[in-house]
Amino acid sequence: MEVNVNHVLDAKGLACPMPIVKTKKEIDQIEPGQVIEIQATDQGSTADLKAWAENTGHQYLGTKEEGDVLKHYVRKSSEEDTTETKHQDVLELENLKDRLEGDEQITILDVREPAEYAFGHIPGSINIPLGELEDRSEELNQDDDIHVICRTGNRSDLAAQKLSGKGFSSVKNVVPGMKDWDGPVNQNH
Amino acid sequence: MAEVNHISVKELTEKILNHEKLFILDVRNTGEFDDWKVEGENVEIHNQPYFDLMDGVEPVEEKLPKEEPIYVICAKGGSSQMVAEQIAEAGYDNVYSIEGGMKAYSEHLEPIKVGEVSDGEIYQFVRIGKGCLSYLIVSNGEGAIVDSNRMSTPYEQFVSKHQVDVKYVIDTHLHADHISGGKNLAEKLGADYYLPPKDAEGITFEFNDIQEDDELNVGSTKIKSFYSPGHTIGSTSYIVDDQYLLTGDILFIESIGRPDLAGKAEDWVSDLRETLYERYKKLSHDLIVLPAHYMSVDEMNDDGTVSENLGELYKENHGLNIEDEQEFRHAVTDNLPPQPNSYDEIRQTNLGKMDPEDEKRREMEIGPNRCAIK
Repeated sequence: MEVNVNHVLDAKGLACPMPIVKTKKEIDQIEPGQVIEIQATDQGSTADLKAWAENTGHQYLGTKEEGDVLKHYVRKSSEEDTTETKHQDVLELENLKDRLEGDEQITILDVREPAEYAFGHIPGSINIPLGELEDRSEELNQDDDIHVICRTGNRSDLAAQKLSGKGFSSVKNVVPGMKDWDGPVNQNH
Repeated sequence: MAEVNHISVKELTEKILNHEKLFILDVRNTGEFDDWKVEGENVEIHNQPYFDLMDGVEPVEEKLPKEEPIYVICAKGGSSQMVAEQIAEAGYDNVYSIEGGMKAYSEHLEPIKVGEVSDGEIYQFVRIGKGCLSYLIVSNGEGAIVDSNRMSTPYEQFVSKHQVDVKYVIDTHLHADHISGGKNLAEKLGADYYLPPKDAEGITFEFNDIQEDDELNVGSTKIKSFYSPGHTIGSTSYIVDDQYLLTGDILFIESIGRPDLAGKAEDWVSDLRETLYERYKKLSHDLIVLPAHYMSVDEMNDDGTVSENLGELYKENHGLNIEDEQEFRHAVTDNLPPQPNSYDEIRQTNLGKMDPEDEKRREMEIGPNRCAIK
Protein backbone atom coordinates (compact mmCIF):
# COMPACT_ATOMS: atom_id res chain seq x y z
CA MET A 1 0.00 0.00 0.00
CA GLU A 2 1.25 3.47 -0.85
CA VAL A 3 2.00 5.82 1.99
CA ASN A 4 0.58 9.32 1.52
CA VAL A 5 3.12 12.06 2.07
CA ASN A 6 3.51 15.79 1.53
CA HIS A 7 6.92 15.67 -0.15
CA VAL A 8 9.10 13.12 -1.87
CA LEU A 9 12.88 13.46 -1.98
CA ASP A 10 14.83 11.39 -4.47
CA ALA A 11 18.24 10.57 -2.99
CA LYS A 12 18.68 7.33 -4.91
CA GLY A 13 22.23 6.53 -5.99
CA LEU A 14 23.70 9.07 -3.59
CA ALA A 15 26.32 7.98 -1.09
CA CYS A 16 26.62 9.12 2.48
CA PRO A 17 26.47 11.99 3.54
CA MET A 18 24.26 13.23 0.67
CA PRO A 19 20.94 11.58 1.64
CA ILE A 20 20.99 13.33 5.01
CA VAL A 21 22.38 16.59 3.63
CA LYS A 22 19.53 16.71 1.09
CA THR A 23 16.93 15.71 3.68
CA LYS A 24 18.03 18.53 5.93
CA LYS A 25 17.76 21.08 3.10
CA GLU A 26 14.37 19.76 2.02
CA ILE A 27 12.91 19.65 5.52
CA ASP A 28 13.81 23.33 6.03
CA GLN A 29 11.42 24.12 3.16
CA ILE A 30 8.35 22.25 4.41
CA GLU A 31 5.73 23.09 7.03
CA PRO A 32 6.00 21.79 10.60
CA GLY A 33 4.04 18.57 10.97
CA GLN A 34 4.33 17.63 7.31
CA VAL A 35 5.72 14.30 6.21
CA ILE A 36 8.56 13.72 3.79
CA GLU A 37 9.45 10.48 2.01
CA ILE A 38 13.16 10.05 1.35
CA GLN A 39 14.09 7.50 -1.31
CA ALA A 40 17.64 6.24 -0.90
CA THR A 41 19.82 3.34 -1.94
CA ASP A 42 22.58 3.89 0.61
CA GLN A 43 22.17 1.07 3.14
CA GLY A 44 23.62 3.17 5.94
CA SER A 45 20.93 5.82 5.50
CA THR A 46 18.40 4.10 7.78
CA ALA A 47 20.48 4.21 10.96
CA ASP A 48 21.82 7.68 10.16
CA LEU A 49 18.41 9.16 9.42
CA LYS A 50 16.97 7.68 12.59
CA ALA A 51 19.80 9.13 14.70
CA TRP A 52 19.68 12.47 12.91
CA ALA A 53 15.90 12.78 13.43
CA GLU A 54 16.33 11.96 17.11
CA ASN A 55 19.01 14.64 17.53
CA THR A 56 17.01 17.30 15.72
CA GLY A 57 13.55 16.59 17.15
CA HIS A 58 12.01 15.41 13.90
CA GLN A 59 9.88 12.30 14.03
CA TYR A 60 11.27 9.23 12.24
CA LEU A 61 8.23 7.16 11.28
CA GLY A 62 9.76 4.15 9.62
CA THR A 63 11.37 2.68 6.54
CA LYS A 64 9.93 0.56 3.76
CA GLU A 65 12.13 -1.57 1.51
CA GLU A 66 11.17 -1.85 -2.14
CA GLY A 67 13.77 -3.84 -4.01
CA ASP A 68 17.01 -1.90 -3.72
CA VAL A 69 15.24 1.29 -2.68
CA LEU A 70 14.74 2.31 0.91
CA LYS A 71 11.82 4.65 1.54
CA HIS A 72 12.22 6.54 4.78
CA TYR A 73 9.42 8.57 6.33
CA VAL A 74 10.09 11.58 8.54
CA ARG A 75 7.63 14.11 9.98
CA LYS A 76 8.95 17.58 10.55
CA SER A 77 8.90 18.63 14.19
CA SER A 78 6.09 20.95 15.24
CA GLU A 79 5.29 22.92 18.36
CA GLU A 80 2.42 20.61 19.24
CA ASP A 81 4.04 19.20 22.36
CA THR A 82 4.04 22.54 24.13
CA THR A 83 0.41 23.66 23.81
CA GLU A 84 -2.18 22.96 26.47
CA THR A 85 -5.24 20.89 25.68
CA LYS A 86 -8.62 22.66 25.80
CA HIS A 87 -11.21 20.00 25.05
CA GLN A 88 -12.91 19.07 28.34
CA ASP A 89 -13.79 15.43 27.77
CA VAL A 90 -10.52 13.59 28.14
CA LEU A 91 -9.83 9.83 28.34
CA GLU A 92 -6.62 8.17 29.50
CA LEU A 93 -5.00 5.58 27.24
CA GLU A 94 -5.47 2.87 29.88
CA ASN A 95 -9.22 3.49 29.90
CA LEU A 96 -9.33 3.31 26.12
CA LYS A 97 -7.66 -0.07 26.32
CA ASP A 98 -10.30 -1.28 28.78
CA ARG A 99 -13.06 0.00 26.53
CA LEU A 100 -11.57 -1.76 23.52
CA GLU A 101 -11.62 -5.03 25.42
CA GLY A 102 -15.28 -4.49 26.40
CA ASP A 103 -18.37 -5.07 24.24
CA GLU A 104 -19.23 -1.42 23.68
CA GLN A 105 -19.27 -0.17 20.11
CA ILE A 106 -16.73 2.66 19.98
CA THR A 107 -15.14 4.67 17.19
CA ILE A 108 -11.47 5.56 17.25
CA LEU A 109 -10.50 8.48 15.05
CA ASP A 110 -6.76 8.78 14.43
CA VAL A 111 -5.97 12.32 13.23
CA ARG A 112 -2.26 11.85 12.53
CA GLU A 113 -0.77 12.00 9.04
CA PRO A 114 -1.33 8.90 6.85
CA ALA A 115 2.37 7.97 7.03
CA GLU A 116 2.31 8.00 10.82
CA TYR A 117 -0.86 5.91 10.76
CA ALA A 118 0.68 3.49 8.26
CA PHE A 119 3.59 2.62 10.56
CA GLY A 120 1.37 1.75 13.53
CA HIS A 121 -2.24 2.34 14.55
CA ILE A 122 -4.91 0.81 16.77
CA PRO A 123 -6.74 -1.95 14.85
CA GLY A 124 -10.10 -0.70 13.60
CA SER A 125 -9.26 2.98 13.97
CA ILE A 126 -10.23 5.43 11.22
CA ASN A 127 -7.60 7.78 9.80
CA ILE A 128 -8.55 11.36 8.92
CA PRO A 129 -5.59 13.75 9.30
CA LEU A 130 -6.34 16.91 11.27
CA GLY A 131 -5.83 19.04 8.18
CA GLU A 132 -8.58 17.20 6.29
CA LEU A 133 -11.11 16.96 9.11
CA GLU A 134 -12.94 20.13 8.12
CA ASP A 135 -13.81 18.64 4.73
CA ARG A 136 -14.27 15.05 5.75
CA SER A 137 -16.21 15.19 9.02
CA GLU A 138 -19.35 13.89 7.28
CA GLU A 139 -17.58 10.54 6.97
CA LEU A 140 -18.27 10.20 10.71
CA ASN A 141 -21.59 9.63 12.41
CA GLN A 142 -22.64 12.54 14.67
CA ASP A 143 -24.11 10.23 17.34
CA ASP A 144 -21.21 7.79 17.60
CA ASP A 145 -19.02 7.57 20.67
CA ILE A 146 -15.87 9.07 19.10
CA HIS A 147 -12.39 8.70 20.63
CA VAL A 148 -9.89 11.00 18.99
CA ILE A 149 -6.22 10.09 19.14
CA CYS A 150 -2.96 11.45 17.72
CA ARG A 151 0.67 11.09 18.83
CA THR A 152 0.75 13.33 21.90
CA GLY A 153 -2.81 14.53 22.53
CA ASN A 154 -2.58 17.98 20.91
CA ARG A 155 -3.77 17.46 17.37
CA SER A 156 -6.53 15.26 18.80
CA ASP A 157 -7.45 18.13 21.15
CA LEU A 158 -7.93 20.47 18.18
CA ALA A 159 -9.84 17.79 16.30
CA ALA A 160 -12.11 17.09 19.30
CA GLN A 161 -12.92 20.81 19.64
CA LYS A 162 -13.70 21.00 15.95
CA LEU A 163 -16.04 18.01 16.04
CA SER A 164 -17.85 19.27 19.14
CA GLY A 165 -18.29 22.62 17.42
CA LYS A 166 -19.90 20.81 14.52
CA GLY A 167 -22.44 19.24 16.83
CA PHE A 168 -20.96 15.80 17.49
CA SER A 169 -22.47 14.64 20.77
CA SER A 170 -19.84 12.38 22.32
CA VAL A 171 -16.20 13.24 21.56
CA LYS A 172 -13.30 12.28 23.79
CA ASN A 173 -9.66 13.29 23.47
CA VAL A 174 -7.44 10.28 24.25
CA VAL A 175 -4.27 11.28 26.09
CA PRO A 176 -1.39 11.24 25.83
CA GLY A 177 -1.58 9.39 22.51
CA MET A 178 0.06 6.80 20.28
CA LYS A 179 3.56 7.57 21.52
CA ASP A 180 2.69 5.74 24.75
CA TRP A 181 0.29 3.15 23.35
CA ASP A 182 1.36 -0.39 24.28
CA GLY A 183 -1.75 -2.22 23.09
CA PRO A 184 -2.26 -4.02 19.76
CA VAL A 185 -1.04 -2.23 16.64
CA ASN A 186 -1.65 -2.72 12.92
CA GLN A 187 0.57 -1.59 10.08
CA ASN A 188 -0.48 -1.01 6.50
CA HIS A 189 2.51 0.01 4.47
CA MET B 1 37.76 26.27 -0.31
CA ALA B 2 40.13 25.40 2.48
CA GLU B 3 42.58 22.62 1.87
CA VAL B 4 41.87 19.06 3.07
CA ASN B 5 44.56 16.38 3.07
CA HIS B 6 43.97 12.70 2.46
CA ILE B 7 45.50 9.65 4.03
CA SER B 8 45.15 5.98 3.07
CA VAL B 9 44.26 3.28 5.58
CA LYS B 10 47.71 1.78 4.94
CA GLU B 11 49.42 4.98 6.10
CA LEU B 12 47.03 5.22 9.02
CA THR B 13 47.78 1.62 10.02
CA GLU B 14 51.51 2.27 9.90
CA LYS B 15 51.12 5.28 12.18
CA ILE B 16 49.10 3.21 14.65
CA LEU B 17 51.65 0.37 14.60
CA ASN B 18 54.45 2.93 15.08
CA HIS B 19 52.65 4.10 18.23
CA GLU B 20 52.24 7.62 16.87
CA LYS B 21 49.97 9.96 18.74
CA LEU B 22 46.81 10.40 16.67
CA PHE B 23 43.64 12.43 17.12
CA ILE B 24 40.78 10.82 15.21
CA LEU B 25 37.30 12.27 14.82
CA ASP B 26 34.86 9.47 13.93
CA VAL B 27 31.75 10.96 12.31
CA ARG B 28 29.65 7.80 11.96
CA ASN B 29 26.48 7.54 14.00
CA THR B 30 27.04 6.71 17.65
CA GLY B 31 25.58 3.22 17.45
CA GLU B 32 28.14 2.17 14.87
CA PHE B 33 30.95 3.91 16.74
CA ASP B 34 30.09 2.15 20.00
CA ASP B 35 30.05 -1.19 18.22
CA TRP B 36 33.39 -0.86 16.51
CA LYS B 37 36.11 1.77 16.08
CA VAL B 38 39.79 2.45 15.41
CA GLU B 39 41.94 1.51 18.38
CA GLY B 40 45.59 2.02 19.10
CA GLU B 41 47.96 2.58 21.98
CA ASN B 42 48.24 6.33 21.36
CA VAL B 43 44.99 6.90 19.53
CA GLU B 44 42.64 9.49 20.96
CA ILE B 45 39.29 9.07 19.31
CA HIS B 46 36.17 11.19 19.56
CA ASN B 47 32.73 10.56 18.08
CA GLN B 48 30.42 13.23 16.67
CA PRO B 49 28.06 12.14 13.88
CA TYR B 50 28.47 14.02 10.59
CA PHE B 51 24.83 15.06 10.63
CA ASP B 52 25.50 17.17 13.71
CA LEU B 53 28.24 18.98 11.80
CA MET B 54 26.46 19.96 8.59
CA ASP B 55 26.16 23.61 9.57
CA GLY B 56 29.60 23.91 11.09
CA VAL B 57 31.93 22.34 13.60
CA GLU B 58 30.80 24.18 16.75
CA PRO B 59 29.40 21.02 18.41
CA VAL B 60 32.86 19.48 18.40
CA GLU B 61 35.13 22.51 18.31
CA GLU B 62 36.36 22.41 21.89
CA LYS B 63 37.50 18.81 21.42
CA LEU B 64 39.65 19.55 18.38
CA PRO B 65 43.40 19.94 18.98
CA LYS B 66 44.74 23.27 17.71
CA GLU B 67 48.29 22.23 16.87
CA GLU B 68 48.13 18.55 16.00
CA PRO B 69 46.77 16.92 12.85
CA ILE B 70 43.12 15.92 12.90
CA TYR B 71 42.14 12.68 11.15
CA VAL B 72 38.49 12.33 10.22
CA ILE B 73 36.96 8.91 9.54
CA CYS B 74 33.45 7.75 8.59
CA ALA B 75 31.90 4.61 7.11
CA LYS B 76 33.14 4.93 3.54
CA GLY B 77 34.98 8.24 3.15
CA GLY B 78 32.21 10.58 1.96
CA SER B 79 31.13 12.14 5.22
CA SER B 80 34.67 12.42 6.53
CA GLN B 81 35.49 14.53 3.47
CA MET B 82 32.55 16.84 4.18
CA VAL B 83 33.43 17.23 7.85
CA ALA B 84 37.16 17.65 7.12
CA GLU B 85 36.22 20.53 4.80
CA GLN B 86 34.13 22.11 7.54
CA ILE B 87 37.01 21.83 9.99
CA ALA B 88 39.46 23.30 7.48
CA GLU B 89 37.06 26.18 6.83
CA ALA B 90 37.00 26.85 10.55
CA GLY B 91 40.69 27.65 10.29
CA TYR B 92 42.45 24.36 11.03
CA ASP B 93 45.19 23.73 8.51
CA ASN B 94 46.21 20.16 9.30
CA VAL B 95 43.10 18.13 8.58
CA TYR B 96 42.95 14.71 6.94
CA SER B 97 40.08 12.70 5.57
CA ILE B 98 40.78 8.96 5.82
CA GLU B 99 40.18 7.48 2.38
CA GLY B 100 37.63 4.68 2.18
CA GLY B 101 36.68 5.04 5.85
CA MET B 102 36.00 2.10 8.17
CA LYS B 103 35.15 -0.07 5.19
CA ALA B 104 38.69 0.23 3.82
CA TYR B 105 40.15 0.06 7.31
CA SER B 106 38.35 -3.21 8.03
CA GLU B 107 39.81 -4.71 4.85
CA HIS B 108 43.39 -3.56 5.17
CA LEU B 109 46.01 -6.24 5.79
CA GLU B 110 49.45 -5.28 7.04
CA PRO B 111 52.11 -7.97 6.52
CA ILE B 112 54.72 -8.07 9.30
CA LYS B 113 57.59 -10.50 9.53
CA VAL B 114 57.38 -12.64 12.68
CA GLY B 115 60.66 -14.50 12.34
CA GLU B 116 62.77 -17.03 10.46
CA VAL B 117 62.02 -20.59 9.41
CA SER B 118 64.31 -23.04 7.64
CA ASP B 119 65.39 -21.29 4.40
CA GLY B 120 62.79 -18.60 4.77
CA GLU B 121 60.48 -16.64 7.02
CA ILE B 122 56.99 -16.45 8.43
CA TYR B 123 54.78 -13.36 8.06
CA GLN B 124 51.75 -12.35 10.03
CA PHE B 125 49.10 -10.45 8.07
CA VAL B 126 47.46 -8.18 10.60
CA ARG B 127 43.91 -7.16 9.75
CA ILE B 128 43.96 -4.30 12.19
CA GLY B 129 40.39 -3.19 11.58
CA LYS B 130 38.96 -6.53 12.60
CA GLY B 131 41.60 -8.20 14.74
CA CYS B 132 42.09 -11.12 12.32
CA LEU B 133 45.52 -12.66 11.86
CA SER B 134 46.59 -14.81 8.95
CA TYR B 135 49.96 -16.24 8.00
CA LEU B 136 52.32 -16.79 5.10
CA ILE B 137 55.14 -19.28 5.50
CA VAL B 138 57.89 -18.96 2.90
CA SER B 139 60.80 -21.35 2.35
CA ASN B 140 63.00 -21.68 -0.73
CA GLY B 141 60.54 -19.78 -2.86
CA GLU B 142 57.57 -21.97 -1.87
CA GLY B 143 54.75 -20.84 0.36
CA ALA B 144 51.70 -21.76 2.44
CA ILE B 145 48.97 -19.41 3.64
CA VAL B 146 46.98 -20.12 6.80
CA ASP B 147 43.55 -18.69 7.71
CA SER B 148 43.40 -16.28 4.79
CA ASN B 149 40.90 -13.43 4.84
CA ARG B 150 38.25 -12.74 2.22
CA MET B 151 40.34 -10.13 0.41
CA SER B 152 42.76 -12.00 -1.85
CA THR B 153 44.58 -9.01 -3.39
CA PRO B 154 46.96 -8.24 -0.49
CA TYR B 155 48.20 -11.86 -0.48
CA GLU B 156 48.47 -11.99 -4.27
CA GLN B 157 50.45 -8.76 -4.38
CA PHE B 158 52.75 -9.87 -1.60
CA VAL B 159 53.58 -13.29 -3.05
CA SER B 160 54.03 -11.84 -6.51
CA LYS B 161 56.41 -9.17 -5.21
CA HIS B 162 58.42 -11.73 -3.23
CA GLN B 163 58.17 -14.36 -5.97
CA VAL B 164 56.62 -17.02 -3.78
CA ASP B 165 55.01 -20.09 -5.32
CA VAL B 166 52.12 -20.84 -2.94
CA LYS B 167 51.45 -24.59 -2.73
CA TYR B 168 48.95 -24.73 0.12
CA VAL B 169 46.15 -22.59 1.46
CA ILE B 170 45.01 -23.94 4.81
CA ASP B 171 42.24 -23.13 7.29
CA THR B 172 42.59 -24.11 10.95
CA HIS B 173 38.82 -24.53 11.19
CA LEU B 174 35.51 -23.46 9.71
CA HIS B 175 35.43 -19.76 10.54
CA ALA B 176 32.25 -18.15 11.79
CA ASP B 177 33.44 -14.60 12.42
CA HIS B 178 34.91 -13.78 9.04
CA ILE B 179 34.61 -15.08 5.51
CA SER B 180 37.50 -17.34 4.57
CA GLY B 181 39.39 -16.46 1.43
CA GLY B 182 40.84 -19.98 1.39
CA LYS B 183 39.13 -21.66 -1.52
CA ASN B 184 39.13 -18.58 -3.72
CA LEU B 185 42.74 -17.71 -2.99
CA ALA B 186 43.87 -21.31 -3.59
CA GLU B 187 42.23 -21.23 -7.02
CA LYS B 188 43.79 -17.90 -7.92
CA LEU B 189 47.26 -19.01 -6.84
CA GLY B 190 47.03 -22.55 -8.22
CA ALA B 191 47.40 -23.99 -4.73
CA ASP B 192 45.64 -26.82 -2.87
CA TYR B 193 43.02 -25.87 -0.28
CA TYR B 194 42.99 -27.78 3.02
CA LEU B 195 40.31 -27.87 5.71
CA PRO B 196 39.76 -30.23 8.66
CA PRO B 197 37.09 -32.69 7.41
CA LYS B 198 35.20 -32.67 10.73
CA ASP B 199 34.39 -29.00 10.11
CA ALA B 200 33.39 -29.59 6.51
CA GLU B 201 29.97 -31.16 6.94
CA GLY B 202 27.75 -30.02 4.10
CA ILE B 203 30.56 -28.41 2.14
CA THR B 204 29.69 -27.86 -1.51
CA PHE B 205 33.12 -27.72 -3.10
CA GLU B 206 36.24 -29.87 -3.42
CA PHE B 207 38.85 -29.59 -0.71
CA ASN B 208 41.74 -31.59 0.74
CA ASP B 209 41.39 -33.32 4.09
CA ILE B 210 43.86 -32.39 6.76
CA GLN B 211 44.23 -35.25 9.24
CA GLU B 212 45.95 -35.62 12.59
CA ASP B 213 49.74 -35.51 12.25
CA ASP B 214 49.78 -34.78 8.52
CA GLU B 215 52.93 -33.10 7.26
CA LEU B 216 53.06 -30.57 4.50
CA ASN B 217 56.44 -29.47 3.14
CA VAL B 218 57.03 -25.91 2.06
CA GLY B 219 60.57 -25.66 0.72
CA SER B 220 62.60 -27.13 3.54
CA THR B 221 60.10 -26.12 6.21
CA LYS B 222 57.69 -28.66 7.73
CA ILE B 223 54.13 -27.83 8.70
CA LYS B 224 52.70 -30.48 11.04
CA SER B 225 49.02 -30.65 11.83
CA PHE B 226 47.96 -31.07 15.45
CA TYR B 227 44.33 -31.89 16.25
CA SER B 228 43.04 -29.40 18.82
CA PRO B 229 39.23 -29.44 19.02
CA GLY B 230 37.10 -27.26 21.27
CA HIS B 231 36.32 -24.09 19.36
CA THR B 232 34.93 -26.29 16.61
CA ILE B 233 35.03 -30.08 16.45
CA GLY B 234 37.59 -30.02 13.64
CA SER B 235 39.87 -27.24 14.92
CA THR B 236 43.43 -28.11 13.97
CA SER B 237 46.63 -26.32 14.95
CA TYR B 238 49.80 -26.24 12.87
CA ILE B 239 53.34 -26.53 14.12
CA VAL B 240 55.67 -24.75 11.74
CA ASP B 241 59.37 -25.63 11.64
CA ASP B 242 59.14 -26.91 15.24
CA GLN B 243 59.18 -23.26 16.27
CA TYR B 244 55.69 -21.81 15.82
CA LEU B 245 52.27 -23.00 16.95
CA LEU B 246 49.42 -21.64 14.84
CA THR B 247 46.48 -22.03 17.21
CA GLY B 248 43.58 -20.73 15.12
CA ASP B 249 40.74 -19.73 17.46
CA ILE B 250 41.66 -22.12 20.28
CA LEU B 251 44.21 -20.07 22.15
CA PHE B 252 44.87 -16.34 21.99
CA ILE B 253 47.39 -14.18 23.82
CA GLU B 254 45.19 -12.86 26.62
CA SER B 255 42.22 -15.17 26.23
CA ILE B 256 41.04 -18.57 25.04
CA GLY B 257 38.60 -19.63 22.36
CA ARG B 258 34.98 -20.19 23.13
CA PRO B 259 33.16 -23.33 22.14
CA ASP B 260 29.71 -22.08 21.33
CA LEU B 261 29.76 -20.71 17.83
CA ALA B 262 27.71 -23.55 16.43
CA GLY B 263 25.50 -23.80 19.50
CA LYS B 264 27.67 -26.61 20.84
CA ALA B 265 29.05 -25.04 24.02
CA GLU B 266 28.09 -27.94 26.27
CA ASP B 267 29.35 -30.64 23.92
CA TRP B 268 32.65 -29.05 23.06
CA VAL B 269 33.71 -27.77 26.43
CA SER B 270 35.46 -31.03 27.39
CA ASP B 271 37.30 -31.03 24.05
CA LEU B 272 38.43 -27.49 24.74
CA ARG B 273 39.55 -28.43 28.24
CA GLU B 274 41.52 -31.40 26.93
CA THR B 275 43.19 -29.39 24.16
CA LEU B 276 44.25 -26.53 26.42
CA TYR B 277 45.04 -28.45 29.62
CA GLU B 278 46.49 -31.70 28.25
CA ARG B 279 47.31 -31.77 24.56
CA TYR B 280 48.97 -28.34 24.24
CA LYS B 281 50.71 -28.84 27.58
CA LYS B 282 52.71 -31.77 26.19
CA LEU B 283 54.13 -29.59 23.42
CA SER B 284 57.41 -27.72 23.81
CA HIS B 285 56.77 -24.60 25.87
CA ASP B 286 59.28 -22.76 23.67
CA LEU B 287 56.84 -22.82 20.74
CA ILE B 288 55.74 -19.33 19.73
CA VAL B 289 51.97 -19.11 19.71
CA LEU B 290 50.49 -17.37 16.66
CA PRO B 291 46.70 -17.06 16.98
CA ALA B 292 44.08 -16.23 14.32
CA HIS B 293 42.78 -13.25 16.30
CA TYR B 294 43.55 -10.62 18.83
CA MET B 295 40.97 -8.64 20.77
CA SER B 296 42.82 -5.57 21.92
CA VAL B 297 45.91 -3.57 21.08
CA ASP B 298 47.32 -4.59 24.47
CA GLU B 299 48.07 -7.96 22.93
CA MET B 300 50.32 -6.44 20.30
CA ASN B 301 54.11 -6.51 20.57
CA ASP B 302 56.14 -3.36 19.91
CA ASP B 303 56.68 -4.31 16.28
CA GLY B 304 52.95 -4.76 15.69
CA THR B 305 52.99 -8.57 15.71
CA VAL B 306 50.79 -10.65 17.98
CA SER B 307 52.71 -13.59 19.45
CA GLU B 308 54.01 -15.06 22.71
CA ASN B 309 55.69 -18.27 23.67
CA LEU B 310 53.55 -21.10 24.98
CA GLY B 311 55.33 -21.30 28.34
CA GLU B 312 54.62 -17.64 29.00
CA LEU B 313 50.94 -18.13 28.18
CA TYR B 314 50.72 -21.03 30.64
CA LYS B 315 51.91 -18.54 33.27
CA GLU B 316 49.96 -15.43 32.26
CA ASN B 317 46.79 -16.38 30.38
CA HIS B 318 43.92 -16.73 32.85
CA GLY B 319 42.05 -19.16 30.60
CA LEU B 320 44.91 -21.66 30.95
CA ASN B 321 44.94 -21.40 34.73
CA ILE B 322 41.51 -22.47 35.88
CA GLU B 323 42.35 -25.58 37.90
CA ASP B 324 38.80 -26.63 38.73
CA GLU B 325 37.03 -28.32 35.83
CA GLN B 326 33.55 -27.16 36.86
CA GLU B 327 34.79 -23.62 37.18
CA PHE B 328 36.32 -23.89 33.71
CA ARG B 329 33.04 -25.23 32.34
CA HIS B 330 31.22 -22.25 33.80
CA ALA B 331 33.84 -19.79 32.61
CA VAL B 332 33.53 -20.88 28.99
CA THR B 333 29.78 -21.43 28.83
CA ASP B 334 28.31 -18.75 31.13
CA ASN B 335 28.18 -15.08 30.26
CA LEU B 336 29.31 -15.59 26.72
CA PRO B 337 29.82 -12.35 24.83
CA PRO B 338 27.36 -11.51 22.03
CA GLN B 339 27.67 -13.65 18.90
CA PRO B 340 29.54 -12.15 15.97
CA ASN B 341 27.23 -10.40 13.53
CA SER B 342 25.72 -12.77 10.96
CA TYR B 343 27.89 -15.66 12.13
CA ASP B 344 25.59 -18.32 10.79
CA GLU B 345 25.52 -16.82 7.32
CA ILE B 346 29.31 -16.62 7.41
CA ARG B 347 29.59 -20.33 8.17
CA GLN B 348 27.17 -21.13 5.34
CA THR B 349 29.25 -19.00 3.01
CA ASN B 350 32.48 -20.68 4.09
CA LEU B 351 30.89 -24.05 3.26
CA GLY B 352 29.80 -22.76 -0.14
CA LYS B 353 26.11 -23.18 0.77
CA MET B 354 25.57 -19.45 0.29
CA ASP B 355 27.17 -17.28 -2.34
CA PRO B 356 26.43 -13.66 -1.41
CA GLU B 357 27.47 -10.69 -3.51
CA ASP B 358 30.67 -8.86 -2.62
CA GLU B 359 28.81 -5.97 -0.99
CA LYS B 360 26.79 -8.40 1.14
CA ARG B 361 29.96 -10.30 2.14
CA ARG B 362 31.47 -7.05 3.30
CA GLU B 363 28.39 -6.22 5.33
CA MET B 364 28.32 -9.67 6.96
CA GLU B 365 31.80 -9.07 8.33
CA ILE B 366 31.19 -5.55 9.61
CA GLY B 367 31.73 -5.15 13.32
CA PRO B 368 34.13 -6.31 15.96
CA ASN B 369 35.40 -9.81 16.51
CA ARG B 370 33.81 -11.59 19.42
CA CYS B 371 35.00 -15.15 19.51
CA ALA B 372 37.13 -15.17 22.65
CA ILE B 373 36.59 -15.22 26.36
CA LYS B 374 39.00 -13.88 28.90
